[in-house]
Amino acid sequence: MSSDPAAGAAAGAPARRILVLFAHPSLTRSEANRPLLTAARALDGVTCVDLYAEYPAFEIDIDREQQRLRAHDVICFQHPLYWYSTPAILKEWQDLVLEHGFAYGAGGTALHGKVFFCACTAGGPEAAYCAEGYNHFTIRELLQPLEQTAYLCGMTYLPPFALFGARTAVQEGRIDAHVADWVRLLTALRDGTLDIARAEPLPRLNADLDALLAGTDPTAACPVEDGA
Amino acid sequence: MSGVLFQVFVYLCAAVVAVPVAKRLGLGSVLGYLIAGIAIGPVLGIVGAETEQLQHFAEFGVVLMLFLVGLELKPQLLWQMRARLLGLGGLQVLASAGAIAALGWLLLGHWQTAVAVGLLLALSSTAIVLQTLTEKGLMATDGGRAGFSVLLFQDVAVIPMLALIPVLAVPELSEIARHAAGEAGHGASGQAAGHGGPGAGAGLSLVDGLSGWAYAGVVLGAVAAVVLGGHFLTRPLFRFIASSRLRETFTAAALLLVVGIALLMTLVDLSPALGTFLAGVVLADSEFRHELESDIEPFKGLLLGLFFITVGAGIDFGVLFGQLFTVLALTVGVMAIKGGILFGLGRLFRLRAADHWLFTLSLAQAGEFGFVLLAFSTQNAVIPPELGKLLSLVIALSMLLTPVLFIGYDRLVLPRLRSAPDQPPDTIDEQGAVIIAGAGRFGQVVNRLLMAAGVRTVVLDHEAANVERMRQIGIRSFFGDASRPDLLQAAGIERAAAFVVAIDDRDRAVDLAEYLKREYPDLCIVARAFDVDHLYLLRTAGADVALREVFDTSLEAGAATLRAVGQHPFEVEKLKRAFRRHDLDTLNELYELWDHDLEFSKNRALLERVRARTAAELEITAADRSRLHDRTERGWTPPPKGYTKELDV
Repeated sequence: MSSDPAAGAAAGAPARRILVLFAHPSLTRSEANRPLLTAARALDGVTCVDLYAEYPAFEIDIDREQQRLRAHDVICFQHPLYWYSTPAILKEWQDLVLEHGFAYGAGGTALHGKVFFCACTAGGPEAAYCAEGYNHFTIRELLQPLEQTAYLCGMTYLPPFALFGARTAVQEGRIDAHVADWVRLLTALRDGTLDIARAEPLPRLNADLDALLAGTDPTAACPVEDGA
Repeated sequence: MSGVLFQVFVYLCAAVVAVPVAKRLGLGSVLGYLIAGIAIGPVLGIVGAETEQLQHFAEFGVVLMLFLVGLELKPQLLWQMRARLLGLGGLQVLASAGAIAALGWLLLGHWQTAVAVGLLLALSSTAIVLQTLTEKGLMATDGGRAGFSVLLFQDVAVIPMLALIPVLAVPELSEIARHAAGEAGHGASGQAAGHGGPGAGAGLSLVDGLSGWAYAGVVLGAVAAVVLGGHFLTRPLFRFIASSRLRETFTAAALLLVVGIALLMTLVDLSPALGTFLAGVVLADSEFRHELESDIEPFKGLLLGLFFITVGAGIDFGVLFGQLFTVLALTVGVMAIKGGILFGLGRLFRLRAADHWLFTLSLAQAGEFGFVLLAFSTQNAVIPPELGKLLSLVIALSMLLTPVLFIGYDRLVLPRLRSAPDQPPDTIDEQGAVIIAGAGRFGQVVNRLLMAAGVRTVVLDHEAANVERMRQIGIRSFFGDASRPDLLQAAGIERAAAFVVAIDDRDRAVDLAEYLKREYPDLCIVARAFDVDHLYLLRTAGADVALREVFDTSLEAGAATLRAVGQHPFEVEKLKRAFRRHDLDTLNELYELWDHDLEFSKNRALLERVRARTAAELEITAADRSRLHDRTERGWTPPPKGYTKELDV
């Protein structure tokens, strides 16, 4: 287990194992999340779990899920933003899996030192997610319950990796760039080449992904060509 | 008697030896039969003059085949094909006949003879093409469909051709023909009536001497009789026969139907193949479709095989070697012309690469209709006898070469296309469906759910009354015993994705699961079990999913009762889930100790485990919830009182 996940690019450090907990109740109609999931599935060292497929009746296997958490170093919720939060099954998952004595409280240290973040897609445009916009809060502010959950469980919280205007991303040709960023992000997290200390206070992970990867050896960090 | 037995023995021997060898060598069954025919005919000389007679009899196989093809083709599908049927088929016959006739005119001089030759060589071999397409599973592809359209059109076109040929008589040949007619006796009208009537209509005709209008009326009446009778009369008839539960009676009735229609068509000078095809289409929606298919199939197979053997046996090696170059040149020439025209038509009708080649290569030969027209033309003094012999060889040889072209398609065309990038996949509109055996209360619910989800299902039941009821509410269901392999074939098991075993007979359900797993290991089998013992038997037999039929209902009843006595619905739900999981675990655990041959009360290890698991079950339902270690109960368990002090660091 990587005891110091906040460390930057450590040559020779063991690769971080990434767990993507995917929640989309209508995958067949998904335009943005499906290509993201497909891309994540193709990566080495990334485990993707389609929660709605595995627990269609919400009968979450707590032991299995806790074992999965133990076996990974980076935990990611991938989901569309539903009423400024996760789809229901991810809430159910939190309620059941993050038990006292496992995730928090006396003896609850299983998640200590792990990295947590959300990869979400939002329907509204970026301009809506600020004090002046109709959503009044930034996406990071809206996801604060998850941020605090991560802190209570002793995890490092990274800001969300968010796609805005998700309903029109495909027709406006924005989805490919977002998928490419997603692959770069996961690869960098896995290889320990993401500047985590620098990422932590940001409003969004993908506001300036290049900067978070810049301080590191580009050949090791990004197989995808950056810039341009 | 012994002579007949000897003949049957020889033909069966040849088929039994040659066909499996040919299939093993990748040549296909048609080429195997043809080779068998050549072996016992011209090569070994075991059979001789009777082959021609036998051929007329065997041509009934084509009639049966078209009936089966009709059964596969619903009226709507036939209607969808109309553009191709008329466009592709019509253009193919006209262009091929025209091109060959033009060439014939140059070579022969007589335009009448040339036209007749063009017409008879324009036709392709329904028998070889459909048999091979079906064998290779290519019938449902676009190319296969296009080929079928052309064959169907040709089948219809034979009738006007037969009317046209006597008009083409060449005066110089008439004298010779008059002699020939005297020797040949009957035969002309018998063969003229179609390739299917084994001399059935030889002396009989309902339409001789009728005026044009009356003839048209009789013909329309006959067709209407087939369509209406097929639609309204066959169902009660078959239902009545099915209720007698005698299989051979059903088979006899199926044969009677086909033979009767063939006879009717012959009587009114129509093609029997066309008539039975029509009857097939009418019955395509019937619940007896699969049963009819599996009953007729073996007869069709044997007769067609016999037909191919007689084609092989009928090749006259004397004439062939005497004019080897001429015969070969003519055969290759005819196939090249027909192939070229087919290729052009394929492009015109926008067939895609693989389909385009299949269409071109499969129909380039001349066919069995050609033999019929040839004999008729010779008798009517349109084609001189020597030319007739030559052409008969050309037809036979082109049929012999067709399987070779199919092999060429498999080995040369397909691999190249497969490696080509951006090649869109062939459209095969028969998707993997789900077969449900047993249309009782269990099977019906399964079927309704699948249908609601848009999954194609085929329901089989051995109770005609059940099938009847299902059909009344618009569910695709068919009468037949689901444990019969041929019926499963007819229901499309080769393409099925899953199979639901919901038949009432416990033992037959197990046998069926075992058979399915052995023959179709990739097929997912979902089976209904009556109790735990049955469930274990099904699981051992290879069922992927075996479910106890009343377990879930009982659980629901228990839950409803708990709610009725005042327990909170969500508590009940949690308990139900925990109970169910515990029960499934128990089921899986006990399976390892279960032994069907050992009586339950004597299987000590099993008994002990049952006791232990039952005790654990009581614990689930016991009062002290906080001690429970069940996963579901564990969920939503509040943290201990005072836990917040630990967090305030």
